[in-house]
Amino acid sequence: MATHLIFVEHDQNGIKKSSLSAVTAAKKMGGELHGILLGKNVKALAREFCPYVDKVHFGEHEGLEHRLAQPYAKVMSDVAKQIGASHVWASATVAGKDLMPRVAIRLNAGMASDIQAVISENTFSRPVWAGDLNCEIELLTSIKVITVRVSEFAPAEIGSNASEPIPIDVSLGPVNMRFVSFDAVKSERPELTDASVVVAGGRGVKGPEGFKELIEPLADILGAAIGASRAVCDAGWVPNDWQVGQTGKVVAPKLYFAIGISGAIQHVAGMKGSRVIVAINKDPEAPIFQVADYGLVADAFKAVPELISCLKS
Amino acid sequence: MKILVTVKRVTDYEAKLKLAADGLDIVRDSVNMIMNPFDQIAVEEALRIKEKDSAEVVVLSMGTKDAEAQMRAAMAMGADRGILVETGSNVSSEMDSALAAKMIHQIIKRESPNIVLMGKQSIDDDNHQTAEMVAELWGVGQATQANTVTIKGQEAVVVREADGGLETLSVDLPCVITTDLRLNEPRYASLPNIMKAKKKPLDFLSSSELGIEHQPQIKIKKLSYPPSRKSGQRVSNVSELVNKLKNEAKVL
Repeated sequence: MATHLIFVEHDQNGIKKSSLSAVTAAKKMGGELHGILLGKNVKALAREFCPYVDKVHFGEHEGLEHRLAQPYAKVMSDVAKQIGASHVWASATVAGKDLMPRVAIRLNAGMASDIQAVISENTFSRPVWAGDLNCEIELLTSIKVITVRVSEFAPAEIGSNASEPIPIDVSLGPVNMRFVSFDAVKSERPELTDASVVVAGGRGVKGPEGFKELIEPLADILGAAIGASRAVCDAGWVPNDWQVGQTGKVVAPKLYFAIGISGAIQHVAGMKGSRVIVAINKDPEAPIFQVADYGLVADAFKAVPELISCLKS
Repeated sequence: MKILVTVKRVTDYEAKLKLAADGLDIVRDSVNMIMNPFDQIAVEEALRIKEKDSAEVVVLSMGTKDAEAQMRAAMAMGADRGILVETGSNVSSEMDSALAAKMIHQIIKRESPNIVLMGKQSIDDDNHQTAEMVAELWGVGQATQANTVTIKGQEAVVVREADGGLETLSVDLPCVITTDLRLNEPRYASLPNIMKAKKKPLDFLSSSELGIEHQPQIKIKKLSYPPSRKSGQRVSNVSELVNKLKNEAKVL
């Protein structure tokens, strides 16, 4: 029977919902579910997580106050060995991606990143080439390390386990890295990769002014994140981290507006997982219309202001 | 200071990919190949450190001999020399991340760099594994998804793109740093530098010379096209669009 160890992310105030997606993925296999929380003072959070799984391990130490990959990987792999874990999971967040490959090396485990489906105890489906292709990957090792694409697994429902969390006898090992500071993004907008609505602009908005005039007001009224095509990032109209595509961010919102975006392969690779895609482009032949659920052939400078006033009313 | 930068030869992000008949790889003939864009950012960052603090920049690739083109491209940007570890194939089923990390670790043992700079992931496998694995094998700290890198004596202060904000870490040298999009804009190589790069030293090693013991950890069972989106509809004006988004798609 499988024994799962799931890395539970928290920000000290609460458990991150993304970790509940990893629970859902692990549950698909059956077996015993263990959670692990690390930090300076996490017993209360560990208790809060207990109902979601069968057992929760918590490690408290000054050196675990901040999520540093080196000591976290040491402690996680120690616990994995101790409980005889067959599968070690995390969500494919920045934190999960930073940590889990180190855990895999320590456990001599094969690793599947960013999975979108569990096929069997050792086989998973994951996107490759930014989602241009799906890959069925089998892990051949006795212990398996997996990170989970959060948008593909609904958060696990709370269960009824009421057992007490189990303290870990923490041994940090060498630590060659230190936390200095964290600046939370103060944007009013949601993060591009988390947003349920994304408004993205391309060359058709004609310049940085077009982003101010069209894209930002539309994003404001929808509470949306802003994205952009590679072409306009390369042109310096908008920051590089707004780039949606194979070399930028991969997004899968509920609703995606592609405005003045032609639909180059590299862009489509980053957004085609969106539930509903709307394209506004004045070129009726633009490839973006092939992936759009709703296509409007129109000049963005006419259609977007109209759309904004329509949404306002 | 010595900086080792890894460079992977990958398919062009503009290329239209076709599955091979066996469903285990893509058709690679006639697909344009480029340097992994995140590795290009890594090369650029190494050169900026070199220009500030003076350093030797060594580029490393593993794969088929063809990767020489990407090594020369890195040297045309300004890298000093290259090491190409030849493997029979660069397909991930024969070259998993742990094997790649072990190879890089062997080269690290030979070269003793102060910093290893790597792309956060390659745009073909999208694994995002190798750099962190290298750091673990090497027993050093890491700063992944860097947005700003500052070398201060025996440590690197790195601002990284974390979930929900920017995290600053200080990491003892030697260390592994991976690049994210905002770190820099890679330079273009000038024609004279492209010519010069042809004469820069490039060592070819065979992977068997590295004496690595490795059992394959993964097997690619099948590649497939994702289900295609059903073809959408054209709407004739904005109010029809809003109406459909509200009442048909129910997303407003």
